[in-house]
This record gives sequence, C-alpha cells and structure tokens, in this order.
Amino acid sequence: MTEATKTGLSRRSLLKGAAAGVAASAFPAPMIWAQNIKDVTLRQFGTGVSNINEVAQKVKEDLGFTLEMTALDSDAVTQRAATQPKSFDIADIEYWICKKVWPTGNLQGMDVSKIRNYDKIVGIFKDGKLTPDSTIAQGTSPNSVGFTDGPDGTRFADQETGWMTLIPTIYNADTLGIRPDLIGRPIDSWAELLNPEFKGKASLLDISAIGIMDAAMVCEAMGEITYGNKGNMTRDEIDRTLAIMTEAKKAGQFRAFWKTFDESVNLMASGEVVIQSMWSPAITAVKSRGIPCVYQPLKEGYRAWGGGIGLSKNLSGLELDAAYEYINWYLDGWVGGFLMRQGYYSAVPETSKNYMTENEWGYWFEGKPATEVITNPYGDAMAQPGETRDGGSFEERMGHIACWNAVMDENQYMVRKWNEFIAA
Amino acid sequence: MTALSKNRRLSGSRPASLLAQLVTGRTKNRHLMGWLLASPLALVLLVFLVLPIVMIVIVSFWGATEFSIYPAFQWDNYQFLLTSPVTYKVFLNTFKYAVLTWAFTLTIGFTVAYFLAFHVRSLTWQIALFLLCTIPFWTSNIIRMISWIPFLGRNGIANSTLMSMGVIDEPLDWLLYSDFSVILAFVHLYTLFMVVPIFNTMMRIDRSLIEAAYDSGATGWQTLTNVIIPLCKPGIMIGSIFVVTLVMGDFITVRFMSGSQSANVGRLISNDIGLLQYPSAAATAVILLITVLMVIGILLRFVDIRKEL
Repeated sequence: MTEATKTGLSRRSLLKGAAAGVAASAFPAPMIWAQNIKDVTLRQFGTGVSNINEVAQKVKEDLGFTLEMTALDSDAVTQRAATQPKSFDIADIEYWICKKVWPTGNLQGMDVSKIRNYDKIVGIFKDGKLTPDSTIAQGTSPNSVGFTDGPDGTRFADQETGWMTLIPTIYNADTLGIRPDLIGRPIDSWAELLNPEFKGKASLLDISAIGIMDAAMVCEAMGEITYGNKGNMTRDEIDRTLAIMTEAKKAGQFRAFWKTFDESVNLMASGEVVIQSMWSPAITAVKSRGIPCVYQPLKEGYRAWGGGIGLSKNLSGLELDAAYEYINWYLDGWVGGFLMRQGYYSAVPETSKNYMTENEWGYWFEGKPATEVITNPYGDAMAQPGETRDGGSFEERMGHIACWNAVMDENQYMVRKWNEFIAA
Repeated sequence: MTALSKNRRLSGSRPASLLAQLVTGRTKNRHLMGWLLASPLALVLLVFLVLPIVMIVIVSFWGATEFSIYPAFQWDNYQFLLTSPVTYKVFLNTFKYAVLTWAFTLTIGFTVAYFLAFHVRSLTWQIALFLLCTIPFWTSNIIRMISWIPFLGRNGIANSTLMSMGVIDEPLDWLLYSDFSVILAFVHLYTLFMVVPIFNTMMRIDRSLIEAAYDSGATGWQTLTNVIIPLCKPGIMIGSIFVVTLVMGDFITVRFMSGSQSANVGRLISNDIGLLQYPSAAATAVILLITVLMVIGILLRFVDIRKEL
C-alpha cells in the first residue's frame, strides 16, 4: 500500500513538472505564482459527500495551498450559494441546485481550455449521452445546466460552448435499499415501496425535491400515473402523485420519513424499515455493521444525481489560477479513486484507474467479481472475494437512468404540496 | 410617585429652603439612578428581543422567490397561511401536544413536588432528592430524546422485554414514531419545569395552615384541594407557562419522535426556512407568537402571579 502511494506520488510530481512547464508558457510570471500560491486559501463548501478532510490534506500536500471545507445539507448549500456569494470561493453543489443558483450570477463560467482533462470528461456532462446512441433521461440532466455563454453568462446554453457552469466531480445512480434477510424474496420494481406486504416497514426521504422523484418512480411503476416528464411535473401530476402517497401514509405504509443520512442508516440497521429510499454510502454504512443490505437495481431504472464544483464570481487573479489548478488536480485521478472506492463515480474515470488496484477497478467500475477483499478508503471491508457490485458495471448502472434529480417549474407548488403530505 | 408628591409639597411650603432644593435634587438623582439601573436590561431586551421580533414582523410581509427575498408589503404569506387547511390541522396538532403534555407533566410534577415538600421531612434529603431530579438535565436535550428510539423500537428493549415476558406476541409498532412517543418524550423532557416552580411555592406554604386545617377536622383530600392547591396556583401557572411555550415552540422532538410523520407549527417554520421561504416562515412565526401570547394571557386570567409571588 505504501509502495503504491510512493509511486503515485512520483508520478504525480512528474505530472506536476509537466504542468509547471505548461504553466510557464501560459502565465507571464510563473516564479511569483509558485511563490505566492502557498499563501492562497480557498474556501469550499458543499454537501457532505465530497467535502472530505482527506481531500483538503492532499491538496495541501500536492498543490501547496490551503483548502478550507465546510459541509452543509443541501438546503443550506442552496441558501449559501444564492445569498452569501462572498462567503465562499468554490461551491460544491449538485446540478439541480445549480439550476436554482446560477441565475443569481454568484458563480462564474469556467474556461474549458484551461481544464486539461476536459476531453476525457464523461459524455453525460457534455452532450448528455453516455454512449452516442443513449437517450437523455428526464429531469435536470447535467448537460442541460452544464454550459453557459461566457464567463459572465447567466443563462444556460443548449450545447457545449467552452464555458462550463460546474466542473463535474461525482455522481451516482440511486435506487431503493432493501434488507434481503427480512424480505426474503426478490425485489425488482419501485412499486414494491407501496406494497402492503411492507406496511409499517417502508420509508421515504423527506427532502421534497428528491422525495417527489422517488414517489413518481413508484407511481409510474405501479401504473397509476404516466408522466410527461417526471423531472418537470404539472400541477395535476404533482397532486395525483401526492394523493397516492398520502393515501399510503394514512394507511400506515410508512414507518418514518428520514431527512439525514444517519437517520436512513439507523432505520435500516435497526430493522424498523426493510425497504426505503437510500443513498449509496448509507448502504455501505449498514453493511459495515455486518447487517445485510442491498442497493437493489430495479427494472424501471435509477434516479441519478450529479455534483460539480463552481467558482465564485469574486475569484480573480492568483486565487482564480489556484482554483483552476485545484480543478485540474481534482480531475487528475486521486480524488476520483478515493471517491470511487466509496461507490461514487468520477467525472473522468480513466484517470482514477491509475489510483486504484485492478481488483478495485474491476469491482467498482467494471462490475466484475472481487478477486480479494474490497475495502473503502478508511479500511472497512466492503465486499468479500467473489461478490459483485449491486447493479453491475458503470455502463449498466449509468445507462439505466430514468430520471435526474431536478428542480421543477412548479417547484414552489410542489414544496407546499409536499409539506401537506408530511403533515397529513 | 408618592415620594415625589411629598417632596413637591415640601418644596411648596418652604420655597426658598436650601434643604428642599437638596431633597428635590436627590429625588431627581434617584430617578436618574432608577433609569440607569434599568437601562442595561432594557437595552439588552430591546436589542435581542424587541428588534428581532419587529424584524420578523416586517419580513413576514416581504415576498420571496426560490433563492431570494425582496422587500414588499403584501398579505400573500398570511393569505396562504390562513386559507390553507393544513395550517389549521397543524395548529390543532400543536395544541393537542401542548394540552396532553401539560396534563401529564402537571400530574407527575405536582405529585413529585408534593412528595418532596410534604413527605420528605429533613431539608438535607429534600435538597438531595431535588438534585437527583435534575441529574438527567446534565446531558443534552437531544440525547435524552434520541435515547428513547432504541428503547421503543420494533426490536427495542421495551418490545423484547414484553415479548419475553409473554405479554405480547408481536412487537408493538405504536411505541415508536407515533403520537405516543412524541408525548412521552415531551413529558420526559419537560416535567422538571413543572416540578421546580410547584416545589418552590409548596415550600413557602406556612405549615401552621395545614395544621389548622387538620385541627378543624379537614380530611387529607380536603386539605389538598382547599389549602395546598390554591396556595400552589402561582407555581402551577409558572410551570404551565414553561411547558406550554416549550411544547408549542418545539420542532425537533416532533420530527425525531414521530419519524417526521407528524407536523407541528415549529416544523412548518423549519421547513420554510430550509426552503429559503423566510417571509412565509416569519408569517407563521408571527401567528404562532400571537397564539402563544393568547394562551398565556388566558392562563394569567386565572392567577395574578404578580400579586401571589
């Protein structure tokens, strides 16, 4: 392990040397830049998933400057990005949050010519297609809010323009989590969430923007409602979806609703709930307690989400250069490997491969059976030899996205209706 | 006031008297002193209580988009709030929690205080037992609340004990994530707020009154209802105000103990804040404030706390 790190570091320094060479020709005073960058402090905030202290430490080691991280929940992140532009340099937000926040003009467009690995970024974030013949899923797909007209653009562009709103960092395909030991039969549809068999043992997440999507996946799978676009429902569709959910709630289908990651883990681990909306690392957390838990692939497909980092409008000069350097480093593979070993995907998977063992790459990305024990970055065992990842390979999982997390045009109406559902 | 008028009369009867001037001067000084002494508290209350409330009232008339709020004067927030059936349901639910919690905390609190004040004879033991009551308060509110969850859960201690004793065959689901668990947590959290003021008033009851009641042939029950309870009224009122305001303003207990399945007014406000709808949250807060003040107003009709203390 230490061997691997060492070679990683030396390759890294080689890369850095090359980068410095490029930088020397691009920037007028590279020496001053190299000296001053140590004093730079970039303030990043975002949701807990990617605001990890290990990343900040590694930035200090590799790039020399200081990265201060603040982790908040997604509501607070939206609020801060929209209302306190001076309080951050780098915003680590999700694409649906970007749709809300970008029109405030608090973020600046990013010049893709300064992003070294831009060409290697997965198609989902550029033209929206994983492979040339895949269709774009419903909802706020990253490509629809990923580009703008220029550094000061406040509108989204329909195609690649050379100016990105967010540089994609991590993304994943979400589905329902189940306790196979307590259910004892195969589960293959979202409709099972409202199956009376699981009365008082189901749960849904109480974050309106995401919860409504899971609810829509369920209603569609039950054949009750056919949506024009689940990511942008009409008032009528919202009413009908929540009517079905309210009826189920009154009938005692749900044990609880959860709002934080920990709550979902506890509900599942304690056996209060056997089927519920869940996030990938929560499954990991339940499993690491020795309790069987499966991130069940369902025939209707996944609900996907993606995050990216955006630059504050207030960044300029040396700080802006440091931020670009940080982004390039982010896409360079170390962070990708770190995150992929927790079950997320990196925007430039091929660079992460350099920082993962063949076994890890095979298990997490290619969906192959593990050849030896798979551990997460903190050393907890995640899978035994012979096990394969729930849902299979990258193409298989990301190729079956039914819907992206979204902000609807009728968002305010939906939120009010959602609150009524919770209070019902 | 009376002192002032006396001085006026004094200075009137002997207009040129140096003494009178001195006295009036001193009175003025005393007035100034009074104002000065009151000003720190007045200032603190002005800055940290009155100003924020004024701000909340102002913001409750503002408008909001998805990510910003803008100054305006519109009744939209109130209109939406007061015409939505959910609001009434949620307020009703809040009252339900408040009334039930109040009834339980009062019964338990009064009994505990009565035991401490009248059954425990030595002051040392009274103090020791009273301190014992406060021990759970050394840990945080949230921890005391959350510790109920593993206890009441489907596979929790309560259910497994009952099942091994053969009382029940299936785990009781209503123990957790129900109104039962919410009220239980509230009673657990807030009973002490009832015990303390009631105990305090009980300790100040003149024991000879009880002896007199006994000598006049009153039974224990008659002494309780005719002597002790009336004399404890201020304590009961203070405790009630504590409990009612705490329960009506709470949001986290309801969220955790009901598994987000029930709502009270506090949760409406916290949801609005989470979704950046500050004006709507402010309007709900104003309505809640008015409601709570009305409840306290009604409670105070029963007892003149100022007179009784």
